[in-house]
Amino acid sequence: MPNLMPALPEIFLACAAMAILMLGVFRKKDDMRATATLAVVAFAVTALLVSGLGSERTTTFGGMFVIDGFAVFMKTLVLVASGLAVVMSVGFLEREEIDRFEYPALMVLATLGMMMMISANNLMSLYLGLELQSLSLYVMAAYQRDSVRASEAGLKYFVLGALASGMLLYGASLIYGFAGSTDFEVLARTFAGGHGAPHAGVIVGIVFVVAGLAFKVSAVPFHMWTPDVYEGAPTPVTAFFSVAPKIAAFALFVRVMVGPFGDLADQWRQVIVFISLASMILGAFAAINQTNIKRLMAYSSIGHVGYGLIGLAVGNAAGIRGVLIYFAIYLFMNIGAFAVILSMRQKGRMVEGIEDLAGLSKTSPMMALAMAIFMFSMAGIPPLAGFWGKFYVFMAAIDAGLVTLAVIGVLASVVSAFYYLRIIKVMYFDEPVESFDRPIGRAMGAILAVSAIVIVAFTVVPSPLVTEAEAAASTLFGE
Amino acid sequence: MLQIGLAHYLTVAAILFTTGVFGIFLNRKNVIIILMSVELMLLAVNINLVAFSAYLNDLVGQIFTMFVLTVAAAEAAIGLAIVVVYFRNRGTIEVEDISQMKG
Repeated sequence: MPNLMPALPEIFLACAAMAILMLGVFRKKDDMRATATLAVVAFAVTALLVSGLGSERTTTFGGMFVIDGFAVFMKTLVLVASGLAVVMSVGFLEREEIDRFEYPALMVLATLGMMMMISANNLMSLYLGLELQSLSLYVMAAYQRDSVRASEAGLKYFVLGALASGMLLYGASLIYGFAGSTDFEVLARTFAGGHGAPHAGVIVGIVFVVAGLAFKVSAVPFHMWTPDVYEGAPTPVTAFFSVAPKIAAFALFVRVMVGPFGDLADQWRQVIVFISLASMILGAFAAINQTNIKRLMAYSSIGHVGYGLIGLAVGNAAGIRGVLIYFAIYLFMNIGAFAVILSMRQKGRMVEGIEDLAGLSKTSPMMALAMAIFMFSMAGIPPLAGFWGKFYVFMAAIDAGLVTLAVIGVLASVVSAFYYLRIIKVMYFDEPVESFDRPIGRAMGAILAVSAIVIVAFTVVPSPLVTEAEAAASTLFGE
Repeated sequence: MLQIGLAHYLTVAAILFTTGVFGIFLNRKNVIIILMSVELMLLAVNINLVAFSAYLNDLVGQIFTMFVLTVAAAEAAIGLAIVVVYFRNRGTIEVEDISQMKG
C-alpha cells in the first residue's frame, strides 16, 4: 500500500471533481452557480491540505510522485489562480448565457492535472499530468461552442497542443531508451558526476522535451498558438489560461531541467538562453501594434515567460527563487488586469479594443487606478512589485555571469513599457467615448482590490514572499 | 540473414514520427488528416517505447505504452468533438479556412 498522505490534496480534488459532475448531472437546472461554489470550496480545502504538507521532501507511489517545498509553493499559486478564475468567470458566463455546470468541473480537472505536473517525479507521471491538464484546457478553449472564434481557438490549441505532446513524448521515449529509466532520481544519478558527455540520443531527447515544454509555457518559437487562443477563447477562459496553466507548466519545466537534467546544465543552457531571448524580444515588439487587449495580453505573457526563463537559464537556487517570485507577482498582475478586461462591457456587450478604455479615469476612476497599477507593475516601473520580480531574476543572471541575457532583458522591458504605458495614456488622457456598464459586481471589485493591494503591499513588505520563495527554491537543490 | 535489431525499430519510429509532423504542417486540405497525423506521432512513440523495453529488458516501457494508448484515445475523442463543433459553426473543415484570427 503506497503512502497516500503526500497525494492527499490531489485525491481530494479528484473526488471533488467527481462530486461536482454528479451534482451537475442530478440537479434540475444546469446553471453553474452551485458547481462553481463547490469548485471554489474544493480549491480552498485543497489549498489548506497542501499547506499542511510541510516542505519535507517525500516521494510516494514508487517514486512517481514527489512533494517538497517547491511543489507546495507552486501548488498554492495554481490553486489561488484557479480559485480566482472560477470566481471571475461566473458573472461573465451568466451574462453570455453559457453558464453550464461542466465549466467548473473542467476547471477542477485541469487544476488536478496541473498539481500532478508540479509533483511529477517520473516521465510517465509528467505525461499523464500534462495530458489531464491539456485535454481539459482544449475543451475549455472551445467552450463557447456557438462562437466561430472560440471553436477555431479550440481547434488551433488542440492541434498544436497535440503536436507538442507528441514531441515531448518522443523525447521522453528517447531519454528512457538511452538512459535506461523514466524515474527522475535514477536519471539524475545516471547523469551525475559528469562521466563525459551523455549519449547523443539523450541530448536529442532533452531537446524534444524542451520543445514540448516550451510550447506549454508558450515560449518563442513555440508561441504561435498563444495570440489566437487568447483572442478567440471566452475572456474568463483566457484569464485562466494566462495564469494557472502557465505557472504549472513552468513549475514542470523547472523541475525537469534542474532535477534529472541538472548535471547536464551546460548542454541545455544555451537552448534555454535562446528561447528566453526570443520570447522577451518577440513579446516586446509584437505587442506594439495590437489593438485587441486580449491579444496584447497574449504577447505580454510571452514576454513574461521570457523573463522567467532567465531564472531557469541561471539554474541555481538564486535563479529559481527569482522565477518563483516572478510568477507569484505575475499571477496577481494578470488576474487583476483580466478582472478589468472582464469588466469592459458597453451596453451589455463585451468590448476588447484598447481604445475602448479611453477616458476610463473619468468614468470609473478606481478601476482606472487599479489598471494603472497593474500596467506599471507589468512594465517593471519601480517601486511596484513587477519591478522586483524582474530585479531578482536579473540579479541572479548577473551573479551567474549571464550579463548579456540580463542586459537584453532590461532593454526588452524598456520596449515593452511602451505598450503598457500606452494603455495608461489611453485611460487617463483620451476623451471618454462611452462608459462601461456599472456595477461590475462585488466579486470582481474584490478581486481587483485584492490584486492591486498585493502588488502595492509587496513593495512595502517583500520579505514574506521572498523568504517563502527562497525556502521553496532551496528544496530543489537539496540544501 | 538480416537480424532486425533496435536500430531498425528506431528508424521506423523516426520515419513515422517525421511523417506525422510533416502531415500536420504540409497538409492544406482537411483537419481529419491532422488528427490522423497526431495519432501517427503517438504510435511512433509507442514503437520506440516497446523496442527500448525489449532491448533494455525492462517492463516500464510497455507500461508507458499502455498509458500512451489510453491518452491517445481520449485525445482523439476530444479532437473529433472540437472538429464537430467547428464544422457546425463554419460548415467546412478545410485547413486553409481556419484563419478568422490573424496578426
